[in-house]
Amino acid sequence: MIKNISNLGDAALYCDFGTEVNKENNIHVINYFKSIKEENIPGVNNLTPSYNKLIISFDLKKTNYKDLKVLIENLDINSYENLKSEEKEIPVCCDESFALDIKRLEEKLKIDREKIYENFFRKIFFCYMTGFIAGMPFLGDLDINMRVKRLETPRIKVPKGSIGITEQFANIYTFESPGGWNIIGNTPLKIFNKYKESNPNLINPGDTVVFKNITKDQFQNYNE
Amino acid sequence: MNKNYFQIIRGGINTTFQDQGRKNLYHIGIPFSGAMDNRNYLLANNLVGNKSEAPVIEFAYQGPLLKYFGKKINIAVTGDVNFKIKRNSNEINGKCYQSITIENGDELDIISTNKSVYGYLAISAQLKLKYQWSSCSINTKANIGANEGKKLEKKQEIDILKINKNLSNKKLNYTDTRIEKIRVIKGTNFDYFSENGKKIFLEKEFIVSKLSDRMGMRLEGSKIENIINTNIKSEGLIKGVIQVPADGNPIIMLSDHGTIGGYPKIGVVISADYDKLVQLTPGSKIKFEEVNLASAENLFRLYELETQNLISQI
Repeated sequence: MIKNISNLGDAALYCDFGTEVNKENNIHVINYFKSIKEENIPGVNNLTPSYNKLIISFDLKKTNYKDLKVLIENLDINSYENLKSEEKEIPVCCDESFALDIKRLEEKLKIDREKIYENFFRKIFFCYMTGFIAGMPFLGDLDINMRVKRLETPRIKVPKGSIGITEQFANIYTFESPGGWNIIGNTPLKIFNKYKESNPNLINPGDTVVFKNITKDQFQNYNE
Repeated sequence: MNKNYFQIIRGGINTTFQDQGRKNLYHIGIPFSGAMDNRNYLLANNLVGNKSEAPVIEFAYQGPLLKYFGKKINIAVTGDVNFKIKRNSNEINGKCYQSITIENGDELDIISTNKSVYGYLAISAQLKLKYQWSSCSINTKANIGANEGKKLEKKQEIDILKINKNLSNKKLNYTDTRIEKIRVIKGTNFDYFSENGKKIFLEKEFIVSKLSDRMGMRLEGSKIENIINTNIKSEGLIKGVIQVPADGNPIIMLSDHGTIGGYPKIGVVISADYDKLVQLTPGSKIKFEEVNLASAENLFRLYELETQNLISQI
């Protein structure tokens, strides 16, 4: 449930679902996001769900903070309690040419790479949110012994398709982009498709994701 | 010859097609985009008799050099822009905020913006452009929008589907003013900063850094000290949000910003001041002033009235 609504500037509502980042809070965020989206509230421009927050931005010509806050507080969200989600399998090649930070991870985590990959591929991930760059999924949760900070100095260019981990999350770089996540492999799969306007993201909030280890040969000959 | 088009002889520094932008896509990671300076965008379209929300060419610092082939057509340039029309061997200095009729073989040389960043060129026609999610706005980061999401470059053509027939000339008596004082509302993490840090933010001058583009504006000045945590759990952003990362230098999110971010938010620029903010050139001074929500809403109403008033004078 929303714990508190405040204003972010003059054209957005900042809905706080609690300080904890966990699946339970996030499912509330996603339920609110989906039901508010279906309401098609006049003047609402954008909804940005994240781990434990939902930002509702609006057109100040059409509505305002006070009116929209009352409207959101009185919405009946109960009917959307069952989160619809899909299961996705993402092929990943962990050849050394893609796994840019595997040595760093071995040192930081004090676990050898076989164990790191074994843990990673065994995990069933949950998509908390998508964004930062188009289509990038934020997937959790990694085991406690797999958690490591971002790079001290972020890379200027992380290759497209890179799979990164940081703290309790894994993500996928849908474009070449700057970034500081620890890169452990690369997927040949298209995660964001701008030509599919109705559903450009392969992975959406609430989906479950498993990664499948593929060889460099399979990577090079990958056909969607 | 049936085809009417502009040949791009020089692309300029950051020349893109822009319109009103894309809504309802933040949740998949796609920002609003659209014209940075909304008022000058609307005025440009109205000066050539286009619909207010038609696509225009936005340029930054140095604009494009275009050669026109086709039947007579009207154009208008808005902003604080220095440009010339070359006809045969004559050169005419262009004036902003009025429509200008150009002919086959004319060259339009948008030399530079003066003390501002963005200018707009509206063409009295329907252009041949690709739309994505109901907008042709070019987002060069995600390669979305017209021209495969890339900025305009030399040797390309801007194709015209249909010229608006009305060639009557329109004019507006207007000079774009510059402000260095930007009004803000406190951000959701305002209390992450030390008393001295808050004071620096609201009382000291900052300088706009060269590392500024359609995604964001970086500022330099006294460091703003964080006393709680230099990271927050990543959450949504909107344009105008001022984040302060660990180095203590503020970054303001602009129209092509990343949709989520993990740095504390010290403030948000009010909607009424956004057009003025984006026009501040690198090296400009900038000073923030705090206002409350009710004042920000009133200031936006005034800004809107002023914009509508200007449009009605055309």
